[in-house]
Amino acid sequence: MEWLRRLLLPVDQGSEFAKHIDVMYMAIFWLSVVMFLGLMIPMCWFAWRYRFKAGRVTPHQTHNTTMELVWTVIPLLLCVGLFFWGIIGYMEFAVGPGESMEIQVTAKQWLWQFEFPDGTRAVNELHVPVNKSIHLVMTSEDVLHDFYIPDMRVKRDIVPGRYTEYWFTPTTVGEHVSTCAEYCGKGHSDMKAKVFVDTPEAFAKWMETGGDEWMRHTPEEWGRIQYEQKGCQSCHNVDGTKSKGPSWKGIFGKPVKLTNGTTVEVDEAYLRESMMQPGAKVVEGFENIMPTFQGLLRENEIRGLVAYIKSLQ
Amino acid sequence: MEHTLTSGAVLGDRPRPVKNYLNETTGIWSWMSTVDHKRIGIMYLCAVCFAFLLGGIFALLVRLSLLNPQHTLFGKVWVTAEMYNRFFTLHGAIMVFLFIIPAIPASLANFVLPMMLGAKDVAFPRINLMSFYLWCIGAIMAIGSMVIGAVDTGWTFYTPYSTTTDGAVGLMTMAVFILGFSSIFTGLNFIATVHKLRAPGMGWFDMPLFVWGIYATGVIQILATPVLAITLVLLLIERVFQIGIFDSRIGGDPVLFQHFFWFYSHPAVYIMILPGMAIISEIIPTFSRKTIFGYRAIAYSSVSLALLSFIVWGHHLFVAGESDLANVVFSALTFLVAIPSGVKMFNWLTTMYKGNISFETPMLYALSFLFLFAIGGLTGIFFSTLAVDIHLTDTYFVVAHFHYVMMGGTVIAFLGGLHYWWPKMTGHMYSEKWGRIACALVFIGFNMTFGSQFLMGGQGMPRRYFNYLDQFQPIHAFSTYGSWVLGSGLFLTAIYLLASLKTGPLAPDNPWGGTTMEWESSSPPVVHNFEEQPVFEHEPYDYRHRTVTHV
Amino acid sequence: MEQQFDTSKIGMWLFLATEVLTFGALFAGFGLMQNKYPQEFVEAHEKLKRWAGSTNTVVLLVSSFTAVMAVLMARTNQAKKCAMYLWLTVGCAGIFMCIKAYEYTSDFEEGLYPAKYYSHVGDLIPGSHGYATFFSFYFMMTGLHGLHVLIGMGLMSWLAIRASRGEFSDKYYTPVDLVALFWHLVDLIWIYLFPLYYLIT
Repeated sequence: MEWLRRLLLPVDQGSEFAKHIDVMYMAIFWLSVVMFLGLMIPMCWFAWRYRFKAGRVTPHQTHNTTMELVWTVIPLLLCVGLFFWGIIGYMEFAVGPGESMEIQVTAKQWLWQFEFPDGTRAVNELHVPVNKSIHLVMTSEDVLHDFYIPDMRVKRDIVPGRYTEYWFTPTTVGEHVSTCAEYCGKGHSDMKAKVFVDTPEAFAKWMETGGDEWMRHTPEEWGRIQYEQKGCQSCHNVDGTKSKGPSWKGIFGKPVKLTNGTTVEVDEAYLRESMMQPGAKVVEGFENIMPTFQGLLRENEIRGLVAYIKSLQ
Repeated sequence: MEHTLTSGAVLGDRPRPVKNYLNETTGIWSWMSTVDHKRIGIMYLCAVCFAFLLGGIFALLVRLSLLNPQHTLFGKVWVTAEMYNRFFTLHGAIMVFLFIIPAIPASLANFVLPMMLGAKDVAFPRINLMSFYLWCIGAIMAIGSMVIGAVDTGWTFYTPYSTTTDGAVGLMTMAVFILGFSSIFTGLNFIATVHKLRAPGMGWFDMPLFVWGIYATGVIQILATPVLAITLVLLLIERVFQIGIFDSRIGGDPVLFQHFFWFYSHPAVYIMILPGMAIISEIIPTFSRKTIFGYRAIAYSSVSLALLSFIVWGHHLFVAGESDLANVVFSALTFLVAIPSGVKMFNWLTTMYKGNISFETPMLYALSFLFLFAIGGLTGIFFSTLAVDIHLTDTYFVVAHFHYVMMGGTVIAFLGGLHYWWPKMTGHMYSEKWGRIACALVFIGFNMTFGSQFLMGGQGMPRRYFNYLDQFQPIHAFSTYGSWVLGSGLFLTAIYLLASLKTGPLAPDNPWGGTTMEWESSSPPVVHNFEEQPVFEHEPYDYRHRTVTHV
Repeated sequence: MEQQFDTSKIGMWLFLATEVLTFGALFAGFGLMQNKYPQEFVEAHEKLKRWAGSTNTVVLLVSSFTAVMAVLMARTNQAKKCAMYLWLTVGCAGIFMCIKAYEYTSDFEEGLYPAKYYSHVGDLIPGSHGYATFFSFYFMMTGLHGLHVLIGMGLMSWLAIRASRGEFSDKYYTPVDLVALFWHLVDLIWIYLFPLYYLIT
């Protein structure tokens, strides 16, 4: 029946919890199929067997207490069983084991920020070591969001003004997708982060250097990847059209007018400053709404972005 | 009472009155100032069908936007995320507030309920008319809000997005506020009518089950709607004056909004389904020519659903940031609320057992209801199981679930009731051939559109998503094609029903051989419903003294 | 006739149920906010004038009594006295509104405005949203209640005029009965508002 499970549920089962959920889901599924057929087969049979015949007299059957009790009590008992099973499963997700790695998640329109116990920060990229209990502590900077990892079968709303949390323990090394599951406006369906489940060694290495992926790309290519993954594209276009922020096409090496009336040249220093202290120089015609990427971009990523912008002539 | 039924296209055993409620007085003012529950019911019917059309157009736009992940039609991108967000919001808001809540109570029940009780009208005819005009005002405001910027919050208006986003949130929420009062007055009217205007000899357990269902609905309308009204007022005040109740930036609690909102909106879904179930309780015994099985159980289940509906709202907040204890309690209560619905299903089925069943369009819709509501109800169990809810909530699984119960349930029942009482209301029979074709199209199209969504949701596709992963494209496309089949079935229904007004054969008093009192009047009824005050003399749904000679 | 009287009474009770739910939601919201800002709310409670609230409570209780008397007078064919009692009820309601007007005015003078207009200085926890939230609820709930008082005043004035024209008797006194019922609810809501806002220390 694995083919059926793969049709009804995500193919990957990234944790033990996911496996438990799938078992529960399939159980309810089969129970529903039985109940459904238990209703539909008699319905079709009665429709055919008792189709209209002139002169047929129907019995005056008003009730049958035994039957009615049976079909009230049995579903009730099944519900009680499912209720307890559901609670037990829920506890795995809602109450974590003592020893967990706490990761702070901050959601904002429309990107994900993760902060690890040692202060390392990442945007739209969550790395976790396999077989370790992970405790996500989450808040939002603006509206409601929800951090949903389908392969782990976990989600919880993220509420501004408070912290919400859940636990999960990934059991297979691999890459997963996470999605925002509480409507948050224009970028709701673009708000994805990648969840990497690493071996302990790979995880340690990533924490140190942010991984070595960057070495396998040209700087321009690496910059383009950051543009897509770090949330730049939700406010900057590269085709010359204006969005919430200025387009990057053809800006490098040219002068640009700022809101304070002065003009500066778009060079590497300007681009770096724009990423770290976006409010210092705001281009004329735009609002001062860019968030800072201080601590969120590694050096190789900054260099990549600069190279990419340079290449957009 | 002996009845020898010679039903079919043969006229009844008394001459058809020349003057009836439709032609007794003429001119638009006679309609606009009417206090006749039948005319108000017809006006409401036109109104909610218009709302259904509008909401349906937005539904088709939603599905069209999702046909492919590039959002192209014939190679051109035609929709943006901002537009899409408005499409699904307006689809939801129009369908919920303008169509489905008033649909059965205000149109069909308005027409039929007083007649089922042997009464001349409802308890407060002028309040009935006022309720209709409140609907109209609310509809104008809602449409107005679409024109001046529309709303992109989702029909649930969750804060703080709804307190800070642009758009005509204020106008739309105030439209809903007015529509709420329309709903309250309808419910109030029916409750008073049932208490006080029953025919002599008709006790509570002699009433048709349709009346029980509408009565239970009225109880919910009275008690739940005010909470929505005040919640929306608070939302508006928060938006304009920043009182700090729902917006976290000024000390408010977004989850509080959700509690208030769902305290109404969960009972609201029972306002939607109870009338639908009430219709099924009428159609099945009539077309099975057999008494309803388990009358008391069905009656009690309607009332217990109404009461239980008030204590399960927290199941909409299982992942919203509710305490674990609350989650456990609401999960238990939600399982409990499933039981009365199940009881009804078994009772309806058993009514068919050893019946004498014919398959005219109302019965086809009733059977469709049994099929679709079974799926809708059973998929609810996935959500009451707390652990599974975590994975499935806010995905297409829940979208599919609620469309199965609301559309596969209420709308299908509404269509069944519309065809059942069409001869009574209009005096004409519709084309049975086209009725069956359209029912098939609706049934097939519906399952295509929404059955596929269970798969998407289970696989992890979130709801309210404009962009989606390529892996979901085949299912999205299939669902969109289904929406076209569904839409064509509904469109076809409108055509042949309207055509019947011109070309349909004249209807007898009781074309289906029903036992409830409305069938004692002429089709269409005279202004005061009955020529003489009917007296209730036999058990409800009593087929013992009828022999049907032909269909 | 009796069926009509009974029916309209049911209608009024049902309407009153909706009122209870409406105010009930506000009470619930207030309670939850009180839980969120316990210190600020206690401090804010102190700023309300207890003598004004107490007087208003007595005034409304008296007005409920006069409303009952009005119904009795209507039922016993004493039209003039019925009108008198109705006007007395209106008068009490008027006193209530005047005291409330005074309260609101002096609150505003101290900067105790609702929502974002709150501008009082000298709070123990400056910068906290709790004070503004308290006064938002205070003005909303007493304001909504006051609106109902005004509506009641209007209805009873209309009835008083009809009573002095002799329109009510033991055969027909439905409007008086129904409006009195409405008035009792308005009073009852105040009976809950008063301790909630004025008596908590």
